[in-house]
Amino acid sequence: MATSELPNDEFVLPKQKTIWDNILRMLRRQPLGSAGAVVIILMAFAAVFAESIAPFDPELENFEYMLSPPGTVHEDTGKVFYFGTDSFGRDQLSRMIYGARTALLVGFTASFCGAFLGLILGVASAYFGGYIDLVLQRVCDVFMAFPLIIMALAIVSIFGTGVEMVIIAITIPFIPNCARVVRSSALALKGLPYIDAARSVGYGHVRIIMRHMVPNVMAPFLIMLTAFVGQAILTEASLSYLGMGVQEPTAAWGLMLQGGAEEYAESAPWVPIWPGVAITLAVFGFNLFGDAVRDVLDPKLRSQT
Amino acid sequence: MKGLAQKLGIAVLGATFAYSASTAKAAAPEYGGTLNIVVGSKIPSYDGHIESTFGMIHPIRPFYSLLIRENPDNPASPTDFVCDLCVGDVPKGTEGGTKYTFKIRTGVKFHDGTPLTSADIKATFDKIVNPPEGIASNRKAYFKMVESITTPDAETLVFKLKHPSGTFIPSVAMPFNFVYSKKDLDTHGLKWHQKNINGTGAFSFVEHVQGSHVKGKKYASYHHKGRPYLDSYTALAAPKMSVRLQAIRGGRADIEFRGFPPKARDDLVKALGDKIKVQESDWNCVLLATPNHEVKPFDDPRVRKALTLSIDRMSGSKYLSNIAIVKTPGGIVFPSHPMATPMSELQANIAGYGKDVNASRAEAKKLLQEAGQSGLKFTFLNRGVDQPYKIVGTWLLGQWKKAGMKVDQVVKPTTPFYASLRKKGDFDVSVDFNCQSIVNPIADVSKFLPTAGNNYANFEDAELVSIYDEMLKAGTEAEQKPLLRKYEKRVLNDLASQAITLWWYKINPHRSYVKGWKIAPSHYLNQSLDNIWIDSAEKKRQGVM
Repeated sequence: MATSELPNDEFVLPKQKTIWDNILRMLRRQPLGSAGAVVIILMAFAAVFAESIAPFDPELENFEYMLSPPGTVHEDTGKVFYFGTDSFGRDQLSRMIYGARTALLVGFTASFCGAFLGLILGVASAYFGGYIDLVLQRVCDVFMAFPLIIMALAIVSIFGTGVEMVIIAITIPFIPNCARVVRSSALALKGLPYIDAARSVGYGHVRIIMRHMVPNVMAPFLIMLTAFVGQAILTEASLSYLGMGVQEPTAAWGLMLQGGAEEYAESAPWVPIWPGVAITLAVFGFNLFGDAVRDVLDPKLRSQT
Repeated sequence: MKGLAQKLGIAVLGATFAYSASTAKAAAPEYGGTLNIVVGSKIPSYDGHIESTFGMIHPIRPFYSLLIRENPDNPASPTDFVCDLCVGDVPKGTEGGTKYTFKIRTGVKFHDGTPLTSADIKATFDKIVNPPEGIASNRKAYFKMVESITTPDAETLVFKLKHPSGTFIPSVAMPFNFVYSKKDLDTHGLKWHQKNINGTGAFSFVEHVQGSHVKGKKYASYHHKGRPYLDSYTALAAPKMSVRLQAIRGGRADIEFRGFPPKARDDLVKALGDKIKVQESDWNCVLLATPNHEVKPFDDPRVRKALTLSIDRMSGSKYLSNIAIVKTPGGIVFPSHPMATPMSELQANIAGYGKDVNASRAEAKKLLQEAGQSGLKFTFLNRGVDQPYKIVGTWLLGQWKKAGMKVDQVVKPTTPFYASLRKKGDFDVSVDFNCQSIVNPIADVSKFLPTAGNNYANFEDAELVSIYDEMLKAGTEAEQKPLLRKYEKRVLNDLASQAITLWWYKINPHRSYVKGWKIAPSHYLNQSLDNIWIDSAEKKRQGVM
């Protein structure tokens, strides 16, 4: 059999892309998403290395320095209160850094738990259909009838405050939201031949759901997940601001805002400004990143970018 | 910061000076005008005999009179009482201090025209002291010493006591003891006053719009001749502090009687200068840290003592008084009362009051170590109210942390908070308070009795009960004082059953055209409004319509 050979110099493998190439490509294609990612990375860095970065113990009260403006120097240690102090003389910067830990803990835990449970429920609801779908969706309707913050407030009012309760309070409203979106994608999959084929060869429900349906609804799931993180951070801050979330002396941005917004907005503006900026940046960062993830995962939008 | 504080201090002094100067010129009270009050709490019912909230007292008290009351011209004194519906001086006990005879004013009429007699006052106190089955009375326990109430004639009322008691007169003067008409009680029943108003107060009821306001108008036949000065008053409902503050700042309201935190005072003074007058006073209200003796390791007195030893009350007073409505360190009795233990004695005899806080904390650590509780971890239950609960709570966590303890805080709204204290008992250490109206030391300290219904520490101590019983039967202050010291030492030092934090501090900034009102050591007191008048020229100068 005659064969034709390509000249060697034309048979060149494409150059392997490095991580920097990928980063540059993302920066070029998704500049806003990249900015969001930078914010998230900074937050994560602050949260992980809080003990090393924070200049002071975030819970240490220094009443001699109460409401000191940014730049005040602690006479005994020579350390600087770069962001000033609050009404208990606690270092604002240190509380901001530790606050990132609280925000991410609540944000990631609540959004992962909420989105994952919503994923399972949504796919199962679509897969089984009939009576199960009807009941699950009506339950979702009930939960979705309440705005997120109202539902979260109701839950913490019943079960109490604290980090764990706040996570639960934010997780519960996320479940039906994610389930509804995932269900709509899963409904489209349910009628496809490969699902029928899986059924015909005798695969169990769990195997079909977990191995054949769930992987194919990952795009909407990931978009919901990233959107949830920002929402969770904002809700945690709102609950803490209302006195129903994380409690003193834990460093949390909403709590810092609550302790300063009304009373010190005029006389010590650094008390409410920094946590306000942090909340804004965090939510903005996650939203930008979530938008970028959506653009990347959505084939229609991908072609436009 | 210091500069700002100095400027604010000068501004407060300036405002006070300017106010004094203006009053010196125009001291004669004026008639007319409407007083607008802002009230930060709801009215559960109109019946003073069953309520305990300023939310009811501030809008409703002006409709009623009392048998005796705190002296409205000297309300700061915790021992100065004057007749309201009686005549002459407040009677002294006769027959060994077991009989009090009140001569009742004549010519007094209820707002519906019914004349007042001693029978009305007897009916009122019968309801308070001996309510029939199914009728609540919040202050029944204060009158345990009363054996009988009789009315020899229409102008005489006699209280016969089982034993002499220094708590009797202050109990009678409590501002919740509204005098009702016997006719109303007999005709409409003992619950009628929960939803209806008919008193002999300086103002008669006009309207109550739920969630909005209560209005009263001058009662022309008021028994204190020449009063009230005001034509009317309106008590505006404003649950949020920022709204109340802005109402005064904007001239929508003239005064708020409960009190604002120091920062709010400073903001008002800064914004309004001499248009604001600030009155301040120690407050007969104290925050406590109450350990649950039924929960380990708080059954161990060494652990409880470590809690109180760790608290630096002196620096707390210095700094917290800048951000919260607390200020004065003290023992279990209102610090300005003659029966209160002086600070020097507290420092010498009571754990946690020593001058050297580092030594106290070292002792606390040692006690914890002896109890096998080094690095003690526990949860502190707090009430979801900013002033002063959450601020003092956060401060306490810091104090305990400095003694090596690790404390988390759980904050609950009022209803579940009380459920934890009263029913569930599911707390390690909780914030608690002792707030009273009339300063009545012997009655006030009953809070610390293990048998008291409002003591949530869950413990038994026969010795404490015995000291208190002795104190109740002691007829004179001289006899009571040493017993009170012994009782206090038992509570705060030997048992360390509860820890006193700081006494509240009342700050009442009000428009400087509001004249005649004087601050009292409780937000329940001096609320008849009959001595308040409006300086119309000053009001006009301030541009308030």
